Amino acid sequence: MGGVHPEENKISTNAVIEKFPVPAQMTVLMNQHLGAPATPIVAKGDKVKVGQLIGEAQAFMCANVHSPVSGTVKDITAVKDPFGMMKPAIVIDVEGDEWMETIDRTPDIKRECNLDSKEVIAKLKEMGIVGLGGATFPAHIKYAVPEGKKAEYLIINAVECEPYLTSDHRVMLEHAEEICIGIDILRGALNVPHAYIGIENNKPEPIAHMQKVAAQFGGRLIVEPLKVKYPQGAEKQLINAITGRCVPSGKLPIDVGCVVSNVGTTFAVYEAIQKNKPLIENILTVTGKKLPSQHNYQVRIGTTYSDIIKHSIGELPATTGKVISGGPMMGKAMCNLDAPTVKGASSVLVIDEGEAVRAQESNCIRCGKCMMACPMGLEPYLFSALVRNDRFEEAGANNILDCIECGCCFFSCPANKPLLDEIRLGKNKMRAILAAKKK
Amino acid sequence: MDINVILLAVLILGVTGAIFAVVLYIVAQKFKVIEDPMIDQIADVLPGANCGGCGKAGCRAMAEAFVKQGNMEGLSCPAGGAAVAEKVAAILGCVAEASDPKVAVLRCNGSCSNAPAKNHYDGLKDCAFANSVYTGESGCSFGCLGLGNCAKACQFGALSVDPETGLPVVDEEKCTACGACVKACPRNLIELRKKGMKNRRVFVACRNTEKGGVARKNCSAACIGCGKCQKVCKKEAITIEKNLCYIDWTKCVACGLCVNECPTGAIHAVNFTPVKPKPKVEAPAAEAPKVDTPKVETPATPKTE
Amino acid sequence: MKLLNVSGSPHVHSDESTKKIMWRVNLALVPALLVAIAYFGLNALLVSIVSVAACVLFQWLIEKFIMKQPTTNIWDGSAVITGLLLAFNVPATCEMVWIVAIGALVAIGIGKMSFGGLGKNPFNPALVGRVFMLISFPVQMTTWPVPAAKAFSFSADAVTGATPLGILKEGGAEALPQAWELIVGHMGGSMGEVSALAILIGAIYLLIRKVITWHIPVAFIGTAFLMSLICGACGMAPEGVNAGYYAVQQILMGGIMLGACFMATDMVTSPMSKSGQLIFGVGCGLLTIIIRNWGSYPEGVSFAILLMNAVTPLINRGFKPKRFAK
Repeated sequence: MGGVHPEENKISTNAVIEKFPVPAQMTVLMNQHLGAPATPIVAKGDKVKVGQLIGEAQAFMCANVHSPVSGTVKDITAVKDPFGMMKPAIVIDVEGDEWMETIDRTPDIKRECNLDSKEVIAKLKEMGIVGLGGATFPAHIKYAVPEGKKAEYLIINAVECEPYLTSDHRVMLEHAEEICIGIDILRGALNVPHAYIGIENNKPEPIAHMQKVAAQFGGRLIVEPLKVKYPQGAEKQLINAITGRCVPSGKLPIDVGCVVSNVGTTFAVYEAIQKNKPLIENILTVTGKKLPSQHNYQVRIGTTYSDIIKHSIGELPATTGKVISGGPMMGKAMCNLDAPTVKGASSVLVIDEGEAVRAQESNCIRCGKCMMACPMGLEPYLFSALVRNDRFEEAGANNILDCIECGCCFFSCPANKPLLDEIRLGKNKMRAILAAKKK
Repeated sequence: MDINVILLAVLILGVTGAIFAVVLYIVAQKFKVIEDPMIDQIADVLPGANCGGCGKAGCRAMAEAFVKQGNMEGLSCPAGGAAVAEKVAAILGCVAEASDPKVAVLRCNGSCSNAPAKNHYDGLKDCAFANSVYTGESGCSFGCLGLGNCAKACQFGALSVDPETGLPVVDEEKCTACGACVKACPRNLIELRKKGMKNRRVFVACRNTEKGGVARKNCSAACIGCGKCQKVCKKEAITIEKNLCYIDWTKCVACGLCVNECPTGAIHAVNFTPVKPKPKVEAPAAEAPKVDTPKVETPATPKTE
Repeated sequence: MKLLNVSGSPHVHSDESTKKIMWRVNLALVPALLVAIAYFGLNALLVSIVSVAACVLFQWLIEKFIMKQPTTNIWDGSAVITGLLLAFNVPATCEMVWIVAIGALVAIGIGKMSFGGLGKNPFNPALVGRVFMLISFPVQMTTWPVPAAKAFSFSADAVTGATPLGILKEGGAEALPQAWELIVGHMGGSMGEVSALAILIGAIYLLIRKVITWHIPVAFIGTAFLMSLICGACGMAPEGVNAGYYAVQQILMGGIMLGACFMATDMVTSPMSKSGQLIFGVGCGLLTIIIRNWGSYPEGVSFAILLMNAVTPLINRGFKPKRFAK
């Protein structure tokens, strides 16, 4: 149901993952995950090593933060994130590259894992693993299945349906074995018989490679090629495509017995469980039609975007319109490139001004394209009209809160109406109304 | 044509009309809603803008609330002010509570020249939405976004966004202090303050709680919390919290001392006639970087009182 | 460097635009226009040109002097569609040249711009114009030229005859066109609606370009066919015509094909959801046959579509798309 087919533009597919050099200074944000920020446990002037815990999760919905570099803590302060908002952070002056002794830095692949479910979850928490698909949901909470609910499916999201992004594609080609071990560990932790790896059909190479590697796991890992369609990788749509089940409005995947993780997360899980390496690096795509070169980097989390741009392409092209963190459909346009990357960052996407500027909006011609494109079966045109007239409760009655913000409606609107902007506004207002009612 | 046809037509229509009239009369009597005539009277004297400043669903709902309660305790029409309150009191037969007339002021001075755009916003022209996306064009996460939600909320046409400065301007003649703009602003930048003697008001046109240097990076007219104003204030009206000064309008006597003291021009004085000798204004300006907005504003048409 | 742009996601857009959609519809109307010119001579071309020009001109005048819009929307192609459809709905005679100009004023002025322009009109503007002309100029609007033997010529004194629907209404069967004439449209009638073949070519193009969906045309034509089949079986078909052939005649004659493919599918005035579109099409089909058989006019497509346009907001309210997980 619904969905659109944006231009794929996966131009960085063939760029092998490179190690990004460690910058001279590192800024590590304390809230890189969904929930409360971590609490800094180092003081100004402290020496830290790579992988040392510097921010501790003290709230329930929180994740540990580790130092991605070795050096001296310069400051514990607040810095601006890519969207200009002040966030608590630790600034570290980099000295050398001294890792924690506990971290196994050998390239050997370690297969055996004898940890039970509880130990795996404890380790995920210790290593600060969060979902790398975008929402940065702390993994130790996701994999601790609540009382009374039962996981039946583990689904690995390797769909990468967003145009331009290639980090998942590359990581599957280069680290398939590690990924499969990671998936098998998660599968064991959930105590489910099978794990399903959903990959879109437009990535034949990773599908073939993953199938080959997954075959070594005795049928426990199943690669599911999926129809090419945006947003095939949206959680509810992916569950539906693989299991045929539908997550009802306002419910979580676990309510229909599913747990979904991004393929990038499983690589981090492997490194955390088997190699004792906390989440201090992630894979980042640097791409754009007008860029002189395309890259996939393994970046220490906390490197600034301007450092990445400087090292990879030198300078942004003069005709740059937008710089986006994430894909063009759901990513966020950045205004402050001096901000550091975070755990959930998946790309630096440079869009040319011709594409970046929105066209003048005109009257809705009630063509219904937004409705046909909506993967949730909603009526974006109606929300637009209701929100413009402050009729938020009516929008709520028409399930505005079910919107997954995939952007298909605005993408397909011939009148260029900022439908998703209006829907987001309506959702915020509706949530405020509901919160006020609860009181 | 046969005259009978015409007669017949007249007859039929006449009888039909008469029957409908009787039916309508009976229905009207049966379903008559008996309402206190005071509600209508009060609704007539209320402004009728349905601004929602009183907290009720509209002027009629407010009139019903007045009549139900029988007095004016706790109910007031901010838009109508004292004049309306007196009229309502006369109808209800009680005494109107006296309250100071108020007016909306914008606590941001991030005009296009003070806080130049560092990026270009290309989304929905709505402050609440832009606020949920990022800091705004000036880079200041406290400042005015200039997309005019307050102007849209104002039922009296008292607010408009000045295209030159990118900031909303309050027309104090039209402003009724109903508070609709206060609720509409996602960054809480509009405050209702006492109109003051001779309409004079002094307030800090900034809400940025960042450290001075950080705030100044985005906006040359930001309050840096230096405390100079606090030292000169004789009425102890100025408080500083989180690098930000606030002038308590219940204590401020609009003497204007703090205005000249402010190194960034964050303190606004409205309706003062520029009588101060020139060197005094220039002296602080020489120390601090150049400030674009004049510290003293005079309205085009001075209000006579 | 220039300032970076910031906005909410998504940051890319399909290349779809209102303008493109409208011009595609215009392109789809070209086959029917060519057939009209071939059958009814240059009269048809003249009426079409006047109609289109009048629609565009009136829209421009209203936008500029009444609505005082800084920019004009006449290039978006919607006024051209209205003009073409208006011309398609009238007989191709000389007198129609000035009548159609008045129709254009009503179609654009009252049918469209008075509601705020493209996208805001509840009724199909071309049909508003057409019904206005039908009621105001009943004689001229029902004086049908028969297709001329000599194509591409002015036939000022064209032979006039009744439309097949008119003949049916009178109960005659002998003068009805042959089956092949029905398909290619070699019969009397409004200039754009005679050739089912030309209309289908246009409709298929629109289907391929995803401007329209199959729901409304299929529901409309299907309902009209079934209804006629039942009517024919109940003895409403003329002597010597079996019910099946009668039903085929019903959908090929008159405006059903044009109405179902181009006017009922008008995005602005038809329902949004697929179930709603099916209901809309069924309603149009039912009303058309009811008006044809039991109304005083021989043709009912315009009235049927306008009536269904009126209930479109209700259909939109009642027939929502299928929600995910429901």
